[in-house]
Amino acid sequence: MIELTHQPIDYHALTEAVRSPQSGAVVLFLGTVRELTAGRQTVALDYEGYPAMAEAKLKELETAARARWPVDRVAIVHRLGHLKLGDISVAVAVSCPHRKQAFEAGQFLIDELKVTVPIWKKENWSDGSTEWVHPGGETK
Amino acid sequence: MKSLAVKLFAKARDLAGRDVVELDWTDGETVADLKRRLSEQHPKLEPLVPRLLVAVNNDYATDSAMLNTTDEVACFPPVSGG
Repeated sequence: MIELTHQPIDYHALTEAVRSPQSGAVVLFLGTVRELTAGRQTVALDYEGYPAMAEAKLKELETAARARWPVDRVAIVHRLGHLKLGDISVAVAVSCPHRKQAFEAGQFLIDELKVTVPIWKKENWSDGSTEWVHPGGETK
Repeated sequence: MKSLAVKLFAKARDLAGRDVVELDWTDGETVADLKRRLSEQHPKLEPLVPRLLVAVNNDYATDSAMLNTTDEVACFPPVSGG
C-alpha cells in the first residue's frame, strides 16, 4: 500500500496491514516533526508533493526492495500539508520472514524515499520566518 | 511556435510566482535548453536553476533528454520529504 494523504497517519492500521503468518518480523518507521535543527526551533512544517510522480517513485522503491530482500508486505504513507511539532510525517512498515531482512528493507525504503521521492518540506521557525528545505545549499 | 507547459514545485514555484510556466518550444529540444530558457524568461528562477531537477512523464531526466510539448514536464529543487 502506497499513499499520500492530508490526514493523520493511522500507524496502527498501517502496521496491521503488513502483518501476515508468513512473516516473523515487522518493522515500522515513523518520521515525526522535530523541534530543534542546528539550534533553531521549529514550530511546524509544511509538506508539499508532486503526487503522481511521488507515487510512481514509491512503487519503484517497493519493487527495488523486493528485488533485494524477501519482503512480504509493504506499506508507505507520507502526509502532506501543515504538520505541527510531534506530528507523524511519514510511516514505512515492512514485513519479512526474519528481522535482519525487515530492518534492512525498512532502512532502505526510508533512506531512498528521502532522496528520490518528490516531496518537499518548508520550515516554520519560532521567530516567524519560513524556509524551504532543499538539500545542497541556500539559494536566497 | 508551440509551447511547453512546465510544472513548478516548492521554492521554484514560490520564486516564479506561479505553479505552471509556458515556454516557447520546438520538439526535440533538450532539458539543457529548458534550463537555459527558464533562466532567460523567468530571471527570478535563475539562482535555483543549477540545482533544479527535471522530471519528464514522472521520471527524472538528464540534461541531454529531448522533450516534446506532449510530455508532462516538471522542475523542482532537491527533494526533502521524510
